[in-house]
Amino acid sequence: MPHRDPGSVGVVETQTVRLFSDDQPLVLADGSTLGPVDVAYETYGTLSDARDNAVFVCHALTGDAHAAGYAPGAIRPGWWDNLIGPGRPLDTDRFFVISANLLGGCQGTTGPSTLNPDTGRAYGLSFPLLQMSDFVTVHRALVQHLGIARLLAAVGGSLGGMQVLEWATSHPDDLANAVVVAASSRLNAQNIAFSAVARKAIMSDPDFRDGDYAELGVNPDRGLATARMMAHITYVSEDALSAKFGRTPQGEAIRPGFDVDFAVESYLDHQGEAFLGRFDALSYLYLTRVMDYFDPFADTSALAGLAKRPVKFLVVSFDSDWRFSTQHSRRIVRHLERAQLPVTFREIKSPWGHDSFLLDGAQYHATLTAFFDRALEEGL
Amino acid sequence: MSVDNPLRSDLAFVAHLIERGTRVLDLGCGTGELLAHLIGAKACHGTGVEIDPDAVLTAIRRGVPVIELDLDSQMAEFADDSYDTVVLSRTIQTIRQPRLVLSEMARVGHRLIVSIPNFGWWGNRLRLLRGRMPMSTDLPYSWYDTPNLRFTTLAELEELFAEIGLRMEQRITFNSKGVLSGRNDPLSNLMASSAVYVLVPA
Repeated sequence: MPHRDPGSVGVVETQTVRLFSDDQPLVLADGSTLGPVDVAYETYGTLSDARDNAVFVCHALTGDAHAAGYAPGAIRPGWWDNLIGPGRPLDTDRFFVISANLLGGCQGTTGPSTLNPDTGRAYGLSFPLLQMSDFVTVHRALVQHLGIARLLAAVGGSLGGMQVLEWATSHPDDLANAVVVAASSRLNAQNIAFSAVARKAIMSDPDFRDGDYAELGVNPDRGLATARMMAHITYVSEDALSAKFGRTPQGEAIRPGFDVDFAVESYLDHQGEAFLGRFDALSYLYLTRVMDYFDPFADTSALAGLAKRPVKFLVVSFDSDWRFSTQHSRRIVRHLERAQLPVTFREIKSPWGHDSFLLDGAQYHATLTAFFDRALEEGL
Repeated sequence: MSVDNPLRSDLAFVAHLIERGTRVLDLGCGTGELLAHLIGAKACHGTGVEIDPDAVLTAIRRGVPVIELDLDSQMAEFADDSYDTVVLSRTIQTIRQPRLVLSEMARVGHRLIVSIPNFGWWGNRLRLLRGRMPMSTDLPYSWYDTPNLRFTTLAELEELFAEIGLRMEQRITFNSKGVLSGRNDPLSNLMASSAVYVLVPA
């Protein structure tokens, strides 16, 4: 059984907690309110008596609370299982790790396809537009619910790294260390363009029905699968795709046509199909839009709080990542370093593109291990 | 991974030149030995720059903020006048564009500390006279296996300092055993095996 692997946290069940209610709703960054808000989360390891070993894991666009271990009966582990477990960089014999599905998501935390108790129907497009700080507000409420006053660290890749950056800049008292991997502090035109095409694919699917698809018993499968297929191309490097598929035909011999002629087409089809079973089209719209608008350093006083209460940053990029290239990470480092904050930066050599942050490259994991071990030694 | 180990002697000397509580940029910081000492013992803060992956890992484990970048091409990442002291410790001979890097150091820091092995030391000259490339305790590499790309004597280095507009505030020279020798000895280009300069942009 894979969960018997000594490096695995074993079988884990996702828990859900109501952190905001109708009476005490979540107040969003734009002033509007939302309630109730339920949050799905998992924890791994044991919180120390001093409550000083907690690390919060923020997931990327299509992640969920199930970061490590095995859901009951599952064959595949959580999405960051290679990072979290006994003897792994986030060693659960020493760290207490928290992972939660983010607000607006579709894996147990309240999002646009959740039933609105006021109407008895899914929110759909009446769900409020979100900002990065709204994710952080909900994460903070969970941390408080767990009785933790200060995190030893927050860590995340891609959109997860953006949440960590927002968290550290807006509430530096909350955490001692921040690990921002393959992320961005401001999407460029190309990034927004890719998001735009993905959203267009979803919204122009006849089954999108202005976001009321669930109500009408349909789903914009074609649009969502197309969005995922395109996004997936941006998550891997040209070299990785070439190495994996080259021009290999799908099946015996290529008979030119408009079907799945090449292996890479079949692979993308599979990526799109598999995505339908686990992701919601409205969440895709809402979450990508948050990324488009994220621009924390636009506010010139963004780092004022950090100056008084410095957080130690680790920023990591991958040389083959063209979704959020090293230039994105360098921009983050420039802002932090110029504000005289302690920041460590590495560009890791990895052939796998953006997805490298989910893999267990030796230099990558050694870097995280060194940073986390030092963090634990230093304490809060 | 203790910071209590004694510092390498040339680093101890550099540390001695750095004021308490100041902001330090250490270019070619290696495993972060100097910065760890300055942060721990002298309440300094700052950043190291290094490209050797194993050295960077050790620096991270020590708690030294370290940024991976190429000194020859990426010094623009650092803002004007953003550090009290910029250190280039036994690194200048390994970079491709020492003139550019020194100018960038002058832009970024108020004060520069540059340490360097002296290719003009008499021992090296003797080896050359015998038809052999210089090798010494300060230049321990054979010609085919050396990180050193740029070979200068103290005299020529000082000409470059003047050309860039770097004023020498101090020059401390060492003999081949690492023992301090006279500060303003006119024969230092011959007698010194290595030197440490404190420079101020004019």
